[in-house]
Amino acid sequence: MSEVLLSATNLGVKRGNRWLIKDVNISLAAGQITTVIGPNGAGKSTLVRSLLKLINTTSGDISAIKGLRIGYMPQKLKLEDTLPLTVARFLDLGRHKQHQLSPQLWHNLLHECRTEKLLNRPMQQLSGGETQRVLLLRALLRRPHLLVLDEPVQGVDVTGQVSLYNLIGEVRNILGCGILMVSHDLHLVMAATDQVICLNQHICCSGHPEQVTQDPAFTDLFGPQGAGNLALYNHQHNHHHTSHGDIIAGQHNEDCDHG
Amino acid sequence: MADFLLWAWLGGLMIAAIAGPLGSFMVWRRMAYFGDTLAHAALLGVALGLLLHVNISLAVVLVCLLLAILLSTLMHKRIIATDTLLGILSHASLSLGLVSLSLFDHQNIDLMGFLFGDLLAIGQQDLMWIALACALVLGILVWIWKPLLSITVNEELAQVEGINVAWMRTLLMLLVAVVIAVAMKVVGVLLITSLLIIPAAAARRLSDSPEQMALLASLLGMLAVSGGLALSWFYDTPAGPSVVVIASALFFLLFSFPRSFSSS
Repeated sequence: MSEVLLSATNLGVKRGNRWLIKDVNISLAAGQITTVIGPNGAGKSTLVRSLLKLINTTSGDISAIKGLRIGYMPQKLKLEDTLPLTVARFLDLGRHKQHQLSPQLWHNLLHECRTEKLLNRPMQQLSGGETQRVLLLRALLRRPHLLVLDEPVQGVDVTGQVSLYNLIGEVRNILGCGILMVSHDLHLVMAATDQVICLNQHICCSGHPEQVTQDPAFTDLFGPQGAGNLALYNHQHNHHHTSHGDIIAGQHNEDCDHG
Repeated sequence: MADFLLWAWLGGLMIAAIAGPLGSFMVWRRMAYFGDTLAHAALLGVALGLLLHVNISLAVVLVCLLLAILLSTLMHKRIIATDTLLGILSHASLSLGLVSLSLFDHQNIDLMGFLFGDLLAIGQQDLMWIALACALVLGILVWIWKPLLSITVNEELAQVEGINVAWMRTLLMLLVAVVIAVAMKVVGVLLITSLLIIPAAAARRLSDSPEQMALLASLLGMLAVSGGLALSWFYDTPAGPSVVVIASALFFLLFSFPRSFSSS
Protein backbone atom coordinates (compact mmCIF):
# COMPACT_ATOMS: atom_id res chain seq x y z
CA MET A 1 0.00 0.00 0.00
CA SER A 2 1.18 3.49 -0.75
CA GLU A 3 1.61 6.05 1.97
CA VAL A 4 -1.48 7.68 3.45
CA LEU A 5 -1.14 11.45 3.03
CA LEU A 6 -4.25 12.74 4.71
CA SER A 7 -7.01 11.00 6.56
CA ALA A 8 -10.09 12.00 8.46
CA THR A 9 -12.20 10.03 10.91
CA ASN A 10 -15.80 10.71 11.87
CA LEU A 11 -15.65 14.10 10.28
CA GLY A 12 -18.77 16.21 10.79
CA VAL A 13 -19.71 19.77 9.97
CA LYS A 14 -22.83 21.25 11.50
CA ARG A 15 -24.27 24.61 10.55
CA GLY A 16 -27.26 25.71 12.57
CA ASN A 17 -29.22 22.55 13.26
CA ARG A 18 -28.21 20.82 10.11
CA TRP A 19 -25.33 18.45 9.55
CA LEU A 20 -23.78 19.29 6.20
CA ILE A 21 -21.65 16.20 6.45
CA LYS A 22 -21.56 13.60 9.18
CA ASP A 23 -19.41 10.62 10.17
CA VAL A 24 -17.20 10.83 7.14
CA ASN A 25 -14.13 8.63 7.08
CA ILE A 26 -11.73 9.20 4.27
CA SER A 27 -8.16 8.29 3.57
CA LEU A 28 -6.09 9.70 0.74
CA ALA A 29 -2.98 7.91 -0.41
CA ALA A 30 -0.07 8.93 -2.59
CA GLY A 31 -0.48 8.12 -6.25
CA GLN A 32 -4.16 7.38 -5.90
CA ILE A 33 -7.09 9.23 -7.44
CA THR A 34 -10.10 9.51 -5.16
CA THR A 35 -13.31 10.96 -6.52
CA VAL A 36 -16.13 12.23 -4.37
CA ILE A 37 -19.45 12.17 -6.15
CA GLY A 38 -22.92 13.00 -4.97
CA PRO A 39 -25.96 15.06 -5.84
CA ASN A 40 -26.07 18.82 -5.44
CA GLY A 41 -26.06 19.83 -1.81
CA ALA A 42 -24.60 16.52 -0.68
CA GLY A 43 -21.75 18.26 1.11
CA LYS A 44 -18.98 17.50 -1.38
CA SER A 45 -17.44 20.94 -1.24
CA THR A 46 -17.93 21.03 2.52
CA LEU A 47 -15.93 17.85 2.82
CA VAL A 48 -13.13 19.18 0.66
CA ARG A 49 -13.04 22.53 2.39
CA SER A 50 -12.92 20.97 5.82
CA LEU A 51 -10.08 18.70 4.76
CA LEU A 52 -8.24 21.79 3.57
CA LYS A 53 -8.99 23.47 6.91
CA LEU A 54 -10.81 26.28 5.13
CA ILE A 55 -13.83 25.78 7.36
CA ASN A 56 -14.16 24.65 10.93
CA THR A 57 -15.34 21.15 11.61
CA THR A 58 -17.79 20.26 14.34
CA SER A 59 -16.49 16.79 15.06
CA GLY A 60 -13.87 14.31 14.00
CA ASP A 61 -10.14 14.35 13.46
CA ILE A 62 -8.01 15.16 10.48
CA SER A 63 -4.44 13.97 10.39
CA ALA A 64 -1.86 14.61 7.75
CA ILE A 65 1.75 13.66 7.19
CA LYS A 66 4.26 16.22 8.34
CA GLY A 67 4.96 18.98 5.83
CA LEU A 68 2.12 17.94 3.55
CA ARG A 69 1.98 20.24 0.55
CA ILE A 70 -1.40 20.56 -1.04
CA GLY A 71 -2.13 21.91 -4.49
CA TYR A 72 -5.66 23.24 -4.57
CA MET A 73 -7.78 24.01 -7.58
CA PRO A 74 -10.86 25.93 -6.44
CA GLN A 75 -14.23 25.47 -8.07
CA LYS A 76 -13.99 28.73 -9.89
CA LEU A 77 -11.86 31.79 -9.89
CA LYS A 78 -13.61 35.11 -9.91
CA LEU A 79 -11.16 37.86 -10.66
CA GLU A 80 -12.02 41.51 -10.53
CA ASP A 81 -11.72 43.22 -13.89
CA THR A 82 -9.88 46.00 -12.13
CA LEU A 83 -6.91 43.77 -11.35
CA PRO A 84 -4.44 43.69 -14.23
CA LEU A 85 -2.98 40.21 -13.99
CA THR A 86 -1.42 38.09 -16.69
CA VAL A 87 -1.45 34.32 -16.58
CA ALA A 88 2.31 34.28 -16.00
CA ARG A 89 1.95 36.59 -13.02
CA PHE A 90 -0.93 34.57 -11.63
CA LEU A 91 1.16 31.42 -11.82
CA ASP A 92 4.08 33.22 -10.22
CA LEU A 93 2.00 33.94 -7.13
CA GLY A 94 1.65 30.21 -6.53
CA ARG A 95 5.36 29.43 -6.52
CA HIS A 96 6.93 28.08 -3.38
CA LYS A 97 10.36 29.30 -2.31
CA GLN A 98 11.81 25.88 -1.61
CA HIS A 99 9.69 23.51 -3.57
CA GLN A 100 9.95 24.43 -7.19
CA LEU A 101 9.42 22.39 -10.27
CA SER A 102 12.58 21.65 -12.19
CA PRO A 103 12.71 23.70 -15.42
CA GLN A 104 12.28 20.48 -17.39
CA LEU A 105 9.19 19.48 -15.45
CA TRP A 106 7.80 23.01 -15.64
CA HIS A 107 8.02 23.02 -19.43
CA ASN A 108 6.61 19.57 -19.50
CA LEU A 109 3.57 20.54 -17.47
CA LEU A 110 3.21 23.86 -19.26
CA HIS A 111 3.02 21.88 -22.43
CA GLU A 112 0.66 19.25 -21.01
CA CYS A 113 -1.69 21.95 -19.78
CA ARG A 114 -1.44 23.72 -23.13
CA THR A 115 -0.75 27.01 -21.41
CA GLU A 116 2.39 28.19 -23.27
CA LYS A 117 0.43 30.51 -25.50
CA LEU A 118 -1.66 31.88 -22.65
CA LEU A 119 1.16 33.20 -20.48
CA ASN A 120 0.90 36.82 -21.56
CA ARG A 121 -2.87 36.95 -21.68
CA PRO A 122 -4.85 38.73 -18.96
CA MET A 123 -6.52 36.21 -16.65
CA GLN A 124 -9.91 37.77 -17.24
CA GLN A 125 -9.82 37.01 -20.95
CA LEU A 126 -9.44 33.26 -20.60
CA SER A 127 -12.24 30.90 -21.55
CA GLY A 128 -13.65 28.49 -18.97
CA GLY A 129 -11.44 25.62 -20.10
CA GLU A 130 -8.33 27.76 -20.29
CA THR A 131 -8.94 29.08 -16.79
CA GLN A 132 -9.27 25.54 -15.42
CA ARG A 133 -6.01 24.48 -17.07
CA VAL A 134 -4.20 27.50 -15.66
CA LEU A 135 -5.65 26.79 -12.21
CA LEU A 136 -4.49 23.19 -12.47
CA LEU A 137 -1.02 24.30 -13.48
CA ARG A 138 -0.85 26.67 -10.55
CA ALA A 139 -1.85 23.90 -8.17
CA LEU A 140 1.05 21.84 -9.52
CA LEU A 141 3.71 24.52 -9.14
CA ARG A 142 4.50 23.63 -5.56
CA ARG A 143 5.13 19.96 -6.34
CA PRO A 144 2.19 18.99 -4.16
CA HIS A 145 1.97 15.67 -2.38
CA LEU A 146 -1.77 15.95 -2.69
CA LEU A 147 -3.79 17.62 -5.39
CA VAL A 148 -7.30 18.71 -4.46
CA LEU A 149 -9.64 19.55 -7.30
CA ASP A 150 -13.12 20.90 -6.61
CA GLU A 151 -15.28 20.31 -9.68
CA PRO A 152 -12.36 20.70 -12.06
CA VAL A 153 -14.38 20.57 -15.26
CA GLN A 154 -16.95 23.19 -14.37
CA GLY A 155 -17.72 25.48 -17.28
CA VAL A 156 -15.78 23.32 -19.71
CA ASP A 157 -17.40 21.82 -22.78
CA VAL A 158 -17.61 18.06 -23.17
CA THR A 159 -14.53 17.54 -25.34
CA GLY A 160 -12.62 19.80 -22.98
CA GLN A 161 -13.83 17.74 -20.04
CA VAL A 162 -12.46 14.52 -21.51
CA SER A 163 -9.08 16.08 -22.15
CA LEU A 164 -9.00 17.70 -18.71
CA TYR A 165 -9.62 14.35 -17.02
CA ASN A 166 -6.94 12.79 -19.18
CA LEU A 167 -4.62 15.59 -18.18
CA ILE A 168 -5.34 14.99 -14.49
CA GLY A 169 -4.51 11.31 -14.90
CA GLU A 170 -1.34 12.30 -16.74
CA VAL A 171 -0.32 14.64 -13.96
CA ARG A 172 -0.70 11.89 -11.40
CA ASN A 173 1.70 9.78 -13.41
CA ILE A 174 4.22 12.58 -13.78
CA LEU A 175 4.22 13.89 -10.20
CA GLY A 176 3.12 10.75 -8.39
CA CYS A 177 0.84 12.80 -6.17
CA GLY A 178 -2.41 11.74 -4.59
CA ILE A 179 -5.51 13.34 -6.03
CA LEU A 180 -8.82 14.17 -4.40
CA MET A 181 -11.43 15.24 -6.88
CA VAL A 182 -15.01 16.38 -6.52
CA SER A 183 -17.50 15.88 -9.25
CA HIS A 184 -21.19 15.72 -9.79
CA ASP A 185 -21.08 14.43 -13.30
CA LEU A 186 -20.76 10.71 -13.18
CA HIS A 187 -19.93 9.82 -16.73
CA LEU A 188 -16.40 10.93 -17.22
CA VAL A 189 -14.77 10.60 -13.84
CA MET A 190 -15.16 6.90 -13.34
CA ALA A 191 -12.59 5.76 -15.86
CA ALA A 192 -9.72 7.66 -14.28
CA THR A 193 -10.51 6.90 -10.66
CA ASP A 194 -9.08 4.42 -8.18
CA GLN A 195 -11.50 5.06 -5.38
CA VAL A 196 -15.01 6.47 -5.53
CA ILE A 197 -16.81 7.93 -2.57
CA CYS A 198 -20.53 8.55 -2.87
CA LEU A 199 -21.48 11.27 -0.50
CA ASN A 200 -24.89 12.41 0.59
CA GLN A 201 -24.26 14.02 3.98
CA HIS A 202 -22.70 10.68 4.97
CA ILE A 203 -20.77 8.22 2.87
CA CYS A 204 -23.32 6.01 1.12
CA CYS A 205 -20.83 3.70 -0.46
CA SER A 206 -17.22 3.69 -1.50
CA GLY A 207 -14.67 1.58 -3.26
CA HIS A 208 -13.52 0.80 -6.78
CA PRO A 209 -15.69 2.25 -9.51
CA GLU A 210 -17.01 -1.14 -10.71
CA GLN A 211 -17.79 -2.16 -7.19
CA VAL A 212 -19.59 1.07 -6.41
CA THR A 213 -21.80 1.10 -9.47
CA GLN A 214 -23.12 -2.31 -8.41
CA ASP A 215 -23.99 -1.05 -4.95
CA PRO A 216 -27.73 -0.59 -4.26
CA ALA A 217 -26.89 2.57 -2.28
CA PHE A 218 -25.42 4.02 -5.44
CA THR A 219 -28.63 3.35 -7.37
CA ASP A 220 -30.61 4.90 -4.55
CA LEU A 221 -28.49 7.99 -4.65
CA PHE A 222 -28.57 8.69 -8.32
CA GLY A 223 -31.72 6.85 -9.33
CA PRO A 224 -31.78 4.01 -11.83
CA GLN A 225 -31.50 6.52 -14.64
CA GLY A 226 -28.30 8.10 -13.42
CA ALA A 227 -26.80 4.84 -12.29
CA GLY A 228 -27.82 3.18 -15.52
CA ASN A 229 -26.07 5.87 -17.47
CA LEU A 230 -22.90 4.84 -15.80
CA ALA A 231 -23.04 1.14 -15.96
CA LEU A 232 -22.98 -0.30 -19.43
CA TYR A 233 -25.90 1.21 -21.11
CA ASN A 234 -28.64 -1.36 -21.49
CA HIS A 235 -31.70 0.61 -22.38
CA GLN A 236 -31.54 2.47 -25.63
CA HIS A 237 -34.09 5.19 -25.68
CA ASN A 238 -35.23 5.19 -29.25
CA HIS A 239 -38.26 7.40 -29.02
CA HIS A 240 -39.03 10.86 -27.73
CA HIS A 241 -41.62 12.03 -25.27
CA THR A 242 -43.74 15.11 -25.56
CA SER A 243 -43.96 17.27 -22.52
CA HIS A 244 -47.11 15.29 -21.61
CA GLY A 245 -45.23 12.04 -21.72
CA ASP A 246 -46.87 10.78 -24.87
CA ILE A 247 -44.69 8.81 -27.13
CA ILE A 248 -43.89 10.47 -30.38
CA ALA A 249 -43.50 8.07 -33.24
CA GLY A 250 -40.00 8.55 -34.46
CA GLN A 251 -37.12 6.63 -35.89
CA HIS A 252 -38.31 3.31 -34.57
CA ASN A 253 -36.41 0.13 -34.74
CA GLU A 254 -37.94 -3.06 -36.10
CA ASP A 255 -38.14 -4.66 -32.70
CA CYS A 256 -39.81 -1.81 -30.99
CA ASP A 257 -42.65 -2.67 -28.65
CA HIS A 258 -44.81 0.30 -29.29
CA GLY A 259 -45.75 2.68 -31.99
CA MET B 1 6.79 80.30 -3.47
CA ALA B 2 5.29 80.75 -0.05
CA ASP B 3 6.48 78.26 2.57
CA PHE B 4 3.01 77.07 3.50
CA LEU B 5 2.33 76.28 -0.13
CA LEU B 6 5.51 74.21 -0.34
CA TRP B 7 4.61 72.26 2.81
CA ALA B 8 1.12 71.69 1.45
CA TRP B 9 2.48 70.51 -1.87
CA LEU B 10 5.06 68.16 -0.34
CA GLY B 11 2.55 66.73 2.13
CA GLY B 12 0.02 66.21 -0.62
CA LEU B 13 2.58 64.54 -2.87
CA MET B 14 3.63 62.10 -0.17
CA ILE B 15 0.07 61.12 0.64
CA ALA B 16 -0.81 60.75 -3.04
CA ALA B 17 2.26 58.56 -3.50
CA ILE B 18 1.21 56.16 -0.75
CA ALA B 19 -2.46 56.33 -1.76
CA GLY B 20 -1.55 54.86 -5.15
CA PRO B 21 -0.68 51.29 -4.13
CA LEU B 22 -3.07 51.25 -1.18
CA GLY B 23 -5.91 52.63 -3.29
CA SER B 24 -5.18 49.99 -5.91
CA PHE B 25 -5.72 47.29 -3.31
CA MET B 26 -8.96 48.96 -2.28
CA VAL B 27 -10.13 48.96 -5.89
CA TRP B 28 -9.10 45.33 -6.46
CA ARG B 29 -10.71 44.18 -3.24
CA ARG B 30 -13.86 46.29 -3.69
CA MET B 31 -13.19 48.17 -0.51
CA ALA B 32 -14.36 51.61 -1.67
CA TYR B 33 -17.41 51.70 0.55
CA PHE B 34 -15.46 50.08 3.34
CA GLY B 35 -12.87 52.85 3.12
CA ASP B 36 -15.63 55.44 3.19
CA THR B 37 -16.99 53.96 6.38
CA LEU B 38 -13.57 54.02 8.02
CA ALA B 39 -12.98 57.59 6.87
CA HIS B 40 -16.26 58.73 8.37
CA ALA B 41 -15.32 57.07 11.62
CA ALA B 42 -12.18 59.21 11.62
CA LEU B 43 -14.33 62.13 12.72
CA LEU B 44 -15.34 60.14 15.76
CA GLY B 45 -11.64 59.58 16.36
CA VAL B 46 -11.07 63.33 16.27
CA ALA B 47 -13.79 63.86 18.86
CA LEU B 48 -12.39 61.14 21.11
CA GLY B 49 -8.90 62.54 20.75
CA LEU B 50 -10.08 65.95 21.87
CA LEU B 51 -12.14 64.49 24.68
CA LEU B 52 -9.36 62.34 26.10
CA HIS B 53 -6.57 64.80 25.31
CA VAL B 54 -4.58 62.35 23.24
CA ASN B 55 -2.92 62.86 19.91
CA ILE B 56 -5.68 63.22 17.34
CA SER B 57 -3.95 61.21 14.62
CA LEU B 58 -3.37 58.36 17.06
CA ALA B 59 -7.02 58.45 18.14
CA VAL B 60 -8.11 58.39 14.51
CA VAL B 61 -5.93 55.37 13.72
CA LEU B 62 -7.23 53.51 16.77
CA VAL B 63 -10.90 54.26 16.09
CA CYS B 64 -10.53 53.32 12.41
CA LEU B 65 -8.80 50.10 13.33
CA LEU B 66 -11.39 49.17 15.96
CA LEU B 67 -14.17 49.84 13.49
CA ALA B 68 -12.36 47.87 10.81
CA ILE B 69 -12.11 44.85 13.10
CA LEU B 70 -15.74 45.24 14.16
CA LEU B 71 -16.76 45.52 10.53
CA SER B 72 -14.92 42.44 9.37
CA THR B 73 -16.30 40.43 12.29
CA LEU B 74 -19.85 41.50 11.49
CA MET B 75 -19.35 40.89 7.78
CA HIS B 76 -18.06 37.43 8.56
CA LYS B 77 -21.14 36.63 10.64
CA ARG B 78 -23.35 37.78 7.76
CA ILE B 79 -26.07 39.16 9.97
CA ILE B 80 -27.16 41.59 7.27
CA ALA B 81 -25.98 42.36 3.76
CA THR B 82 -22.56 43.97 3.69
CA ASP B 83 -23.58 47.13 1.86
CA THR B 84 -26.43 47.69 4.32
CA LEU B 85 -24.07 47.18 7.23
CA LEU B 86 -21.55 49.60 5.76
CA GLY B 87 -24.29 52.10 5.04
CA ILE B 88 -25.44 51.99 8.64
CA LEU B 89 -22.02 52.13 10.27
CA SER B 90 -20.69 54.73 7.86
CA HIS B 91 -23.38 57.28 8.57
CA ALA B 92 -23.80 56.33 12.20
CA SER B 93 -20.14 57.03 12.87
CA LEU B 94 -20.17 60.23 10.84
CA SER B 95 -23.19 61.53 12.74
CA LEU B 96 -21.81 60.40 16.07
CA GLY B 97 -18.61 62.26 15.27
CA LEU B 98 -20.47 65.41 14.28
CA VAL B 99 -22.67 65.28 17.37
CA SER B 100 -19.79 64.74 19.75
CA LEU B 101 -17.72 67.49 18.11
CA SER B 102 -20.61 69.89 18.52
CA LEU B 103 -20.55 69.24 22.27
CA PHE B 104 -17.14 70.87 22.53
CA ASP B 105 -17.14 74.55 23.19
CA HIS B 106 -13.83 75.04 21.47
CA GLN B 107 -13.64 78.01 19.22
CA ASN B 108 -10.75 76.51 17.31
CA ILE B 109 -12.39 73.30 16.14
CA ASP B 110 -12.32 73.67 12.40
CA LEU B 111 -15.14 71.35 11.41
CA MET B 112 -14.92 72.23 7.74
CA GLY B 113 -11.22 71.46 7.91
CA PHE B 114 -11.91 67.97 9.24
CA LEU B 115 -14.66 67.34 6.72
CA PHE B 116 -13.02 68.70 3.58
CA GLY B 117 -9.38 69.00 4.51
CA ASP B 118 -7.16 71.96 5.18
CA LEU B 119 -4.16 71.31 3.02
CA LEU B 120 -2.81 74.83 3.30
CA ALA B 121 -2.64 74.52 7.07
CA ILE B 122 0.01 71.80 6.94
CA GLY B 123 3.06 72.85 8.94
CA GLN B 124 6.58 71.55 9.10
CA GLN B 125 5.76 69.29 12.01
CA ASP B 126 2.75 67.82 10.23
CA LEU B 127 4.98 67.21 7.27
CA MET B 128 7.34 65.20 9.39
CA TRP B 129 4.52 63.01 10.68
CA ILE B 130 3.19 62.53 7.17
CA ALA B 131 6.62 61.50 5.96
CA LEU B 132 7.01 59.06 8.83
CA ALA B 133 3.57 57.53 8.32
CA CYS B 134 4.04 57.25 4.57
CA ALA B 135 7.45 55.61 4.96
CA LEU B 136 6.00 53.13 7.45
CA VAL B 137 3.04 52.27 5.22
CA LEU B 138 5.21 51.97 2.14
CA GLY B 139 7.69 49.75 3.96
CA ILE B 140 5.01 47.36 5.20
CA LEU B 141 3.30 47.38 1.82
CA VAL B 142 6.49 46.38 0.00
CA TRP B 143 7.17 43.73 2.62
CA ILE B 144 3.76 42.05 2.34
CA TRP B 145 3.12 42.83 -1.32
CA LYS B 146 3.15 39.27 -2.61
CA PRO B 147 0.96 37.64 0.05
CA LEU B 148 -1.40 40.61 -0.12
CA LEU B 149 -1.70 40.18 -3.84
CA SER B 150 -2.25 36.47 -3.33
CA ILE B 151 -5.19 36.95 -0.98
CA THR B 152 -6.59 39.58 -3.35
CA VAL B 153 -6.59 37.09 -6.21
CA ASN B 154 -8.19 34.31 -4.19
CA GLU B 155 -8.30 34.02 -0.42
CA GLU B 156 -8.88 30.27 -0.26
CA LEU B 157 -6.07 29.51 -2.65
CA ALA B 158 -3.79 31.76 -0.61
CA GLN B 159 -4.76 30.04 2.62
CA VAL B 160 -4.13 26.56 1.25
CA GLU B 161 -0.75 27.82 0.08
CA GLY B 162 0.07 28.73 3.65
CA ILE B 163 -0.63 32.46 3.83
CA ASN B 164 -2.21 33.78 7.01
CA VAL B 165 -5.21 35.42 5.35
CA ALA B 166 -6.80 36.92 8.46
CA TRP B 167 -3.52 38.55 9.48
CA MET B 168 -2.95 39.99 6.00
CA ARG B 169 -6.46 41.42 5.94
CA THR B 170 -5.95 43.04 9.33
CA LEU B 171 -2.63 44.51 8.25
CA LEU B 172 -4.22 45.99 5.15
CA MET B 173 -6.95 47.58 7.24
CA LEU B 174 -4.33 48.96 9.60
CA LEU B 175 -2.52 50.55 6.68
CA VAL B 176 -5.76 52.07 5.40
CA ALA B 177 -6.44 53.44 8.88
CA VAL B 178 -2.99 55.07 9.06
CA VAL B 179 -3.37 56.63 5.64
CA ILE B 180 -6.82 57.94 6.53
CA ALA B 181 -5.41 59.54 9.65
CA VAL B 182 -2.77 61.46 7.71
CA ALA B 183 -4.78 62.09 4.55
CA MET B 184 -7.51 63.72 6.60
CA LYS B 185 -5.37 66.86 6.58
CA VAL B 186 -5.33 66.98 2.82
CA VAL B 187 -8.82 66.16 1.64
CA GLY B 188 -10.87 65.69 4.81
CA VAL B 189 -12.86 62.68 5.96
CA LEU B 190 -15.57 63.07 3.33
CA LEU B 191 -13.17 62.98 0.39
CA ILE B 192 -10.39 60.64 1.53
CA THR B 193 -11.71 57.62 -0.32
CA SER B 194 -11.71 59.55 -3.57
CA LEU B 195 -7.99 60.24 -3.21
CA LEU B 196 -7.46 56.50 -2.75
CA ILE B 197 -9.90 55.19 -5.34
CA ILE B 198 -9.92 57.66 -8.23
CA PRO B 199 -6.23 57.64 -9.20
CA ALA B 200 -6.16 53.84 -8.94
CA ALA B 201 -9.26 53.50 -11.10
CA ALA B 202 -7.83 55.95 -13.60
CA ALA B 203 -4.58 53.98 -13.77
CA ARG B 204 -6.35 50.70 -14.55
CA ARG B 205 -6.76 51.44 -18.24
CA LEU B 206 -3.06 51.97 -18.77
CA SER B 207 -1.74 49.06 -16.74
CA ASP B 208 -0.86 45.48 -17.51
CA SER B 209 0.44 44.47 -14.11
CA PRO B 210 -0.54 45.22 -10.51
CA GLU B 211 2.75 47.04 -9.86
CA GLN B 212 2.31 49.21 -12.93
CA MET B 213 -1.16 50.17 -11.80
CA ALA B 214 0.01 51.01 -8.29
CA LEU B 215 2.85 53.17 -9.58
CA LEU B 216 0.68 54.93 -12.14
CA ALA B 217 -1.95 55.57 -9.49
CA SER B 218 0.70 57.27 -7.37
CA LEU B 219 1.80 59.46 -10.26
CA LEU B 220 -1.76 60.37 -11.19
CA GLY B 221 -2.52 61.18 -7.56
CA MET B 222 0.53 63.42 -7.36
CA LEU B 223 -0.55 65.13 -10.56
CA ALA B 224 -4.00 65.67 -9.06
CA VAL B 225 -2.53 67.12 -5.86
CA SER B 226 -0.35 69.52 -7.85
CA GLY B 227 -3.18 70.55 -10.15
CA GLY B 228 -5.62 70.91 -7.28
CA LEU B 229 -3.23 73.09 -5.33
CA ALA B 230 -2.64 75.28 -8.36
CA LEU B 231 -6.37 75.61 -8.88
CA SER B 232 -6.79 76.50 -5.24
CA TRP B 233 -3.94 79.03 -5.36
CA PHE B 234 -5.00 80.85 -8.50
CA TYR B 235 -8.78 80.72 -8.16
CA ASP B 236 -9.07 80.60 -4.39
CA THR B 237 -11.04 77.36 -4.42
CA PRO B 238 -11.00 74.96 -1.44
CA ALA B 239 -7.85 72.83 -1.74
CA GLY B 240 -9.22 69.36 -0.89
CA PRO B 241 -12.17 69.42 -3.28
CA SER B 242 -9.95 70.95 -5.96
CA VAL B 243 -7.61 67.96 -5.74
CA VAL B 244 -10.56 65.60 -6.10
CA VAL B 245 -11.93 67.58 -9.05
CA ILE B 246 -8.60 67.29 -10.87
CA ALA B 247 -8.33 63.58 -10.04
CA SER B 248 -11.83 62.98 -11.43
CA ALA B 249 -11.01 64.98 -14.54
CA LEU B 250 -7.92 62.78 -15.06
CA PHE B 251 -10.06 59.69 -14.61
CA PHE B 252 -12.60 60.73 -17.24
CA LEU B 253 -9.89 61.88 -19.58
CA LEU B 254 -8.08 58.54 -19.40
CA PHE B 255 -11.27 56.57 -19.81
CA SER B 256 -12.20 58.40 -22.96
CA PHE B 257 -9.04 57.06 -24.59
CA PRO B 258 -9.50 53.83 -26.52
CA ARG B 259 -8.07 50.73 -24.81
CA SER B 260 -5.48 50.29 -27.59
CA PHE B 261 -3.61 53.12 -25.97
CA SER B 262 -2.16 50.55 -23.61
CA SER B 263 0.64 48.22 -24.60
CA SER B 264 -1.38 45.00 -24.82
